[in-house]
Amino acid sequence: MVDFSMWDIFRNLLLAARWTVGLSIVAFVGGGMVGLALLLARLAKLPGAQLGVAAYVQLFQGTPLLMQLFLAYFGLALIGLNVSAWVAASLALTLYTSAFLTEIWRGCVNAIPKGQWEAADSLALSFGEKMRHVVGPQALRIAVPPTVGFLVQVIKGTALASVIGFIELTKAGTMITNATFKPFTVYACVALLYFALCWPVSAASRKLERSFKHGR
Amino acid sequence: MIQLDFLAVLSQWPALLQGAAFTLGLSAVAAVLGVGLGVFCGWARSEGPRWLAALVSAYVELIRNTPFIVQLFFIFFGLPSLGVKLSPEVASIIAMVVNLGAYAAEIVRAGIDNTPKGQIEAARSLALSELQVFTRVVLPPALGRVWPALTSQIVIVMLGSAVCGQISAQELSYAANLIHSRNFRAFEATIVATAIYLALSIGVRQLLNWLGPRFIFGRLPAAGR
Repeated sequence: MVDFSMWDIFRNLLLAARWTVGLSIVAFVGGGMVGLALLLARLAKLPGAQLGVAAYVQLFQGTPLLMQLFLAYFGLALIGLNVSAWVAASLALTLYTSAFLTEIWRGCVNAIPKGQWEAADSLALSFGEKMRHVVGPQALRIAVPPTVGFLVQVIKGTALASVIGFIELTKAGTMITNATFKPFTVYACVALLYFALCWPVSAASRKLERSFKHGR
Repeated sequence: MIQLDFLAVLSQWPALLQGAAFTLGLSAVAAVLGVGLGVFCGWARSEGPRWLAALVSAYVELIRNTPFIVQLFFIFFGLPSLGVKLSPEVASIIAMVVNLGAYAAEIVRAGIDNTPKGQIEAARSLALSELQVFTRVVLPPALGRVWPALTSQIVIVMLGSAVCGQISAQELSYAANLIHSRNFRAFEATIVATAIYLALSIGVRQLLNWLGPRFIFGRLPAAGR
């Protein structure tokens, strides 16, 4: 049997944490883009967008992320795509993130006074111009803190990708536990690393919120 | 050509029903204990002694910044090495309570902090004890104010309990896994389980919306919220 020193455990977990970070970034960026597209579809009042996006949001917010991961994993295999856990996890987490972000951002857009929309309309701005010059910049200001806050949920969500066999922090923890029989130490280290990833983001979100609240 | 066979899954409905009932049971126990823990922690953070408030803050930050699955694994796999052996069900409930408690603490605290000062002063001037002021005057309207957020959090914890199948607690996702290991209909079993989860989350939300005003915080006058 190979002996693992404390440093070996920590080093291997640290290496695996790169994949947690990578998956989080992919999900967050991808989810942001899909979420923005959904938001614009709603704001542009495309036919069916209102109901469609609402159903989409309800679907992803009303079911467990674990099930969504399983669906992506089994579903992609079913349509004949032999994809890795990495692709399935990226897809599921991207869609999950997009559903939450589009809903968060819709709230931010709704918080903009109606007069702003009317003023933009009376200046005969096109939809694109309205978004870029009037609604966008103002919504962005209030959207930053909750969006950063949601990043924490995404990072924690990537832990579930371990269940479909993607080797990130949690999965690495399980594998090292199986080799060392030290679940207490290993999972404490895993939790510590997640905390080290998430806590600065949480703190930043709170700080942003406070500065936006007092900055006006 | 893809052929979906939902009948193969639906014919195992007793397993699904049992799983769903188990999920609901876990969630009900966790909701009651978790909200209780949250109320205590919320009180401790806004009105408790300083050392307790600091301790609770550390607990809340720790739980909110780590994934539920890691908390669950730590409790189920990690604690036995300290001599604490837990069944999957008990470990699941503890993990859910600890998790919900941390989120509920923040939510309840927001409700408590928004209590108008005059109400507390009025209650004190009626010679209520501090405990009575908290349980009779501060807490009910505070819960009323944050009930929607609390409801959402309870639903989130219920959906999160899907992970408990990983430590072989026999809840809904475990039942789906069991069915697919019998008939290899993995996708169909997952779809059916997901649909049941969706129905449960909508149902539980409705139930709590109905339950709250009637039994938890009473009918509040509009101005009290």
